[in-house]
Amino acid sequence: MSDLDFLSLEKLTLAYGDSIAVKELDLSIRKGELVAFLGPSGCGKTTTMRAIAGLLAPASGRIRLDGADITRVSANRRSVGLVFQSYALFPHLSVFENVAFGLRLKKLPAADIEKRVNAGLKSVGLTSFASRKPAELSGGQQQRVALARSMVMEPKVLLLDEPLSNLDARLRLEMRTELQRVQKETGVTMIFVTHDQGEALSLADRIVVMKGGTIEQIGTPEEIYNRPASAFVADFVGFENIFELSGGKLKAANGLAELPGPVPSAAGLAWRPRMVTLGSGPFRGTVRGASFSGDSREYLLDTPLGPIKAEIDASLPAHAPDTELAFDLPVEKAAELKRFG
Amino acid sequence: MIQRLFAPFALFLVIGFLIGPFLIIVAASFSAGETLAFPPQGFSLRWIAKVFTVESFRDSFATSMMLAIGGTFCALVLGIPAAYAMSRYKLPLSETVRTIVSAPVIVPGIIVGLALLRYFVVPFGIGITPALFLAHTALVLPYAVRVVSASLANLRSDIEEAAVLLGSSRLGAFFRVVLPNIRGGILSAFILGFVTSFNQVPVSLFLSGPGVRTLPIDMIAYMEIVFDPSVAALSSLLAFMSIGIVFLAERFLGFSRYV
Repeated sequence: MSDLDFLSLEKLTLAYGDSIAVKELDLSIRKGELVAFLGPSGCGKTTTMRAIAGLLAPASGRIRLDGADITRVSANRRSVGLVFQSYALFPHLSVFENVAFGLRLKKLPAADIEKRVNAGLKSVGLTSFASRKPAELSGGQQQRVALARSMVMEPKVLLLDEPLSNLDARLRLEMRTELQRVQKETGVTMIFVTHDQGEALSLADRIVVMKGGTIEQIGTPEEIYNRPASAFVADFVGFENIFELSGGKLKAANGLAELPGPVPSAAGLAWRPRMVTLGSGPFRGTVRGASFSGDSREYLLDTPLGPIKAEIDASLPAHAPDTELAFDLPVEKAAELKRFG
Repeated sequence: MIQRLFAPFALFLVIGFLIGPFLIIVAASFSAGETLAFPPQGFSLRWIAKVFTVESFRDSFATSMMLAIGGTFCALVLGIPAAYAMSRYKLPLSETVRTIVSAPVIVPGIIVGLALLRYFVVPFGIGITPALFLAHTALVLPYAVRVVSASLANLRSDIEEAAVLLGSSRLGAFFRVVLPNIRGGILSAFILGFVTSFNQVPVSLFLSGPGVRTLPIDMIAYMEIVFDPSVAALSSLLAFMSIGIVFLAERFLGFSRYV
């Protein structure tokens, strides 16, 4: 074991009864890394997280953590923390007792417990709330209690289920900063599950994009954002014009379309609306819809290739609906997809 | 206009109908006369005092208390795990079980009592006290399951997983985070069960026997022989006991949230 595979999933298959949720998943996570599991609901990201926590026994495969096989280790002996999406605070206990819960089970001396709980509460800025009940806290405060409750246990891996989705915009930024700070200060390995690409891009060191129980792509936020490996990932990170390639030509609605210039040997090409050139080029389309979003305008074009979305600066003159426009899909800007589907 | 006159009148009638008999019994128990009558003849505390001197009342009170406390306790010991299992796991027959468990509430007590006597107590030669005990446990079980189910439904199940991830065992999580959070529901179920058992007549009527009677059965038997106001006095005392229990429960536990 090296720090490179601090946590590794080997051919992990997870199932609920007869339905397979995750299929032969292989993944290595470095020590101290902040990893996002990104994907739509039903992609297996939460299931995988629950398996790492020990709340779901794998149908087959192994989970290794810090050199030990923990596949059959029960959830209460794994040193894995989990911050639930609903926070799952104990309603009958005070904030202090919530954070102390795990330490009391460890039968630590009372003075130790008090010291660690106070340090934990201090680190999330909730010292003055120690005697409150969870119901008396806001959602953001409850989440910080849940974070402190997991962190005082000094877990080897901290899992977070949709950590930002229940928070409003301002708190989201605050929590994001908080999570990054905790991660840098303690060096804990963190995995969080999200369906929001923005969350994953802004927070993670590395993103694991999942679909239908398998990994679509693993990469840094830049790689995922700029070089999606498949049409699915491209679509997920905002490439709205995606075409399959066949013999150097685009598979379009009207058959195969020739692209000007050399075409790379990829399974497909994808353009963000921003990357489409509007006003010149070999293709023609009719404006069907337009939306103004402050900085830019987005147009939906009806073209022989199929619908095309293009975005241009709002400072440029607007195009009226039903205008016919020339446009180009510049090959040099396109993301090259290794797989299509 | 008619509505404004009629509404208070209707309210008065309903309340009168509900509380009237109780007020009559209370008034009758302070009577100075020799027979149970209303309006009471004079005022005295002699019949209230007499209640405590009737030996069969003391015995049957003890029997009823034992059945109400013990039976309800057993019903909870059976009912809490049942309610928990039905709320947390998708069991194949849980709806059926829920219905069967509710049967003693739906089926008339006369039938339950007769059936228990004819097909259970007599053929198996079960003693009076154990038979009463089993019957009362079964009668209270539906309340235990229902009330505890209601409070479990309000409790998120992920707190148990949270407890496990913090180092607790599954069973430990049940005792550390589930039980404390349904405490109010359990106490409510206990009170409801206690009152149901204590006031139970038809089933106990069939199962009571020589020397062992529940208090309500004993009161009926007493009235058949002696028609003095002591039965009214005893009824008043029991009613005040029930009111006191429910009042305390409401005051400290918010009883009405669970029932």
